[in-house]
Amino acid sequence: MTLTEMAEQNKVILYGTWTSPYVKRVELALKVKGIRYEYVEEDLRNKSPLLLTFNPIHKKVPVLVHNGKAIVESLVIIEYIDETWKTGPQLLPEDPYKRSQIRFWASYMQQVSEAMVLVIKTIGEAQEKAIKEVSEKVKLLEAGLKGLFPDGIPSVHEYSKNVTLLDLVILAHFGGYEAQEEVLGLKLIDSEKTPLVVSCITALIEIPAVKESLNPLEKVVAFLKFFRENALKSATA
Amino acid sequence: MADVVILLDAYASVFGMRVRVALAEKGIKYEYREEDLRNKSQLLLKMNPVHKKIPVLIHNGKPVCESLIIVHYIDEVWKDKAPLLPSDPYQRAQARFWADFIDKKLYDAQKKIWTAKGEEQETAKKEFIEALKVLEGELGGKPYFMGERFGFLDIALITFYSWFHTYETLGNFSIEAECPKLISWAKRCMQKESVSKSLPDPKKVYEYILEMKKKLGVE
Repeated sequence: MTLTEMAEQNKVILYGTWTSPYVKRVELALKVKGIRYEYVEEDLRNKSPLLLTFNPIHKKVPVLVHNGKAIVESLVIIEYIDETWKTGPQLLPEDPYKRSQIRFWASYMQQVSEAMVLVIKTIGEAQEKAIKEVSEKVKLLEAGLKGLFPDGIPSVHEYSKNVTLLDLVILAHFGGYEAQEEVLGLKLIDSEKTPLVVSCITALIEIPAVKESLNPLEKVVAFLKFFRENALKSATA
Repeated sequence: MADVVILLDAYASVFGMRVRVALAEKGIKYEYREEDLRNKSQLLLKMNPVHKKIPVLIHNGKPVCESLIIVHYIDEVWKDKAPLLPSDPYQRAQARFWADFIDKKLYDAQKKIWTAKGEEQETAKKEFIEALKVLEGELGGKPYFMGERFGFLDIALITFYSWFHTYETLGNFSIEAECPKLISWAKRCMQKESVSKSLPDPKKVYEYILEMKKKLGVE
């Protein structure tokens, strides 16, 4: 299909990898807004020429192509989705202050995510240090959520109408928490220390469009085990 | 009720300058408070407990952090004057993408120009010029990044211009020789009062960096 054909058909294509939480963020946004799209799985060790054409600067996923034009960087993509399609929940609320808080914490999730990846890639003292970092950062995130939801997370029914960009980002990174617990033998989030983060995830998972986009537990466990083993091997090599 | 706007900032910060320019573009009255970054105020620590950094915009007592998030906020609250972001979603996505590029690629490279020496500094200079050239390509023949009007992406980049003298002196190279179109764009932006009054004197920035280097022991 040529770029002209894509433009004429109002086609939406997402280039991604199933293991990337950054891709997941965008997938979740497309799904909760009910946008039809084509998904192209990329092999990051052998990137397709199309991917390199659409993201020449960073050469990364996710890339969203709409009307033949590429949008890159997950949070930029989600804001584009929110501004272009008025179906489904409004991912950024009207109130500028709330928007600034959501953007702030969504951006902060990158640091939380990097610390989480370190926990998976390390053992012993290095892992202890990484676990402590995740714990501190998630605590701050929890405080941020308290600021946004002073009366607690609303019921699922209400919530599915009010899903925000931040909720999708949190789910993208923590949605696989059961797999993480199984592989690591420890909890990075729990309902005692981080109740709002946990209620956010549990509420979101109940939304049908979200539920169907979650990867099966065994698949994620297998991938995390492989990822961890590989990382530990290269560390000692 | 009148708006109370306070900006916690540090005069040489390229991030703080972005907020100053945005506030000036919108004609917003505010109180500027200079922070000593080696001795941060209680207010700063309270208003930005997560990062403990400037700039922080405090609007009617509520803090907004991170320069680009603050610029978005300013644009959305004071939306009736001088729109900073374009209205088309794809154009907005482009502006945001390039601002993110500046914060990732340009920022890291420029830091090593004034903190490193020898080969490390040479590599940083190369990366910095490469990034500027990419941005220059994005500008093309337009007066401003998004077209005819000065806006978000110009604000994101122009603040680094106040540091060019520092980079050139410490790195011993000419940015104008490498990116003449970008320098023309920068001079065009500097003709705007909102920009010229918000950016510090490049010579003062250079003196400040020399002092920083002494204190950090990187001479």
